[in-house]
Amino acid sequence: MFKKLIVFILIGVIGYMLTVTFSNIPLGENRIGSLDNPETVSAFYLNKSPQDLKVANTITAIVVNFRGFDTLGEVTVLFLAATGLASILYRKEDEEEEENIKHFAHRLNLPSSSLVRTGAKILFPLLLLLGIYVFIHGHLTPGGGFQGGAIIATGFLLMLISYKGFQTNHKVMVWLESLAGLGFVGIGLYGLIAYGSFLQNTGWTGNLNDLISGGLIPLIYIFIGIKVATELTNVLDILLNIKPRKK
Amino acid sequence: MTEFQILFEQHKDLITIAVYGTSIALIVIGLYAVLMKKHLIKIVIGLSIMDAGIHLLFVAIGYISGGTAPIFSRGNENAGARMVDPVPQALVLTAIVIGFAITALALSLIIRLYKHHHTANIDQLNSLKW
Amino acid sequence: MALLLFLIVMAIILIAAAIFSIVQKDLLFAVLGTGVISLILSIFFYILQAPDVAITEAAIGIALTTIIFIITIRNTTRDENKYNDDHINKFKTKKDV
Repeated sequence: MFKKLIVFILIGVIGYMLTVTFSNIPLGENRIGSLDNPETVSAFYLNKSPQDLKVANTITAIVVNFRGFDTLGEVTVLFLAATGLASILYRKEDEEEEENIKHFAHRLNLPSSSLVRTGAKILFPLLLLLGIYVFIHGHLTPGGGFQGGAIIATGFLLMLISYKGFQTNHKVMVWLESLAGLGFVGIGLYGLIAYGSFLQNTGWTGNLNDLISGGLIPLIYIFIGIKVATELTNVLDILLNIKPRKK
Repeated sequence: MTEFQILFEQHKDLITIAVYGTSIALIVIGLYAVLMKKHLIKIVIGLSIMDAGIHLLFVAIGYISGGTAPIFSRGNENAGARMVDPVPQALVLTAIVIGFAITALALSLIIRLYKHHHTANIDQLNSLKW
Repeated sequence: MALLLFLIVMAIILIAAAIFSIVQKDLLFAVLGTGVISLILSIFFYILQAPDVAITEAAIGIALTTIIFIITIRNTTRDENKYNDDHINKFKTKKDV
């Protein structure tokens, strides 16, 4: 009872403080300022993205170029989460588990309904295509490596849950993930060697709204897309392959 | 001017309450679940609800009345003055992906704990060693 | 005017789904409540001119987060008040014996 009182007081105080703070920040106010001589970082980005980098989607320019180092860290965190998940759930099969498998054998081999299987078979290549489209066009339209990778992982999820025998090729997955990570770091090191700072973009950027524009930004986002797709697929694969427990 | 922008100018107070109020309510509800619930999965659900509220708050701060999405089109390279703030959106993009990674790690820890202790109640998990 | 009504109804459904997923004792339904939160949140992001964030929330929040919660429920318990399966609790783990 005492704990409940403290929790309610805490929640009330936090809610009150948030309300008071945000009543002083009007919704929809222009806080960027003028773009001609930028005083805020947002104005600088909005000014620089179309004119110097020739990237149509400003968010892509921020995520990949202006804050590219941050994104490298983010991809690393995702990789560490996938590795940690695999090492937490790894377990040597003991007798109890083997008994469980025997107990559940009829359920494990049960196929899903033919409607689901046929639908998954038709949707899977379309989802892959959509994901690849989203991360190739990351610098032109909404979307990018993270969104495209998540869409591809959704496609693999559909196959994993509708076909019991469906397995991702682990060797290909590991190689793709490692090569994508190496490619990202390699582009960063190329910038360091050729232009003097890590992840520095090339001088050549092309025209606004062309598919090949923005220097190295599309290439980096494709690498991020491949890396995110393989990591999320690995996470789902590990989680779906846990042995069922005895009921 | 889209339909929403006209509407936004007319009913500014109501929409402000709807957006800010919803996000603050989500944060408070999530915090309640994190502090009060005993089941581990409920606690992680509370964390993800809190996450959702914070994301909505961030995007709402970046919104500018009459602004369009920060994506340029050909021949319109000076349209930046009529765009919403891109920085909070980029931050939220990062936060959603990291939030998924955190949720996956937390849930895998719950599965592992359940296999060892055969309980998902935080009050029953009182031994120091696994 | 219809858009304003839509926005208000969406906000109410959002809060209702959050309360539902906290109060609901069956964890599977609670997780579906968080899926509804993500769905409506992505509509909000689209209205607030953030299409990038809306796509991310739709792909990760609705599909992937929900499925990992469901996998966890399959491997633990479904009822919030039943913290374990009773007959399993009879057998102690090897370390406890």
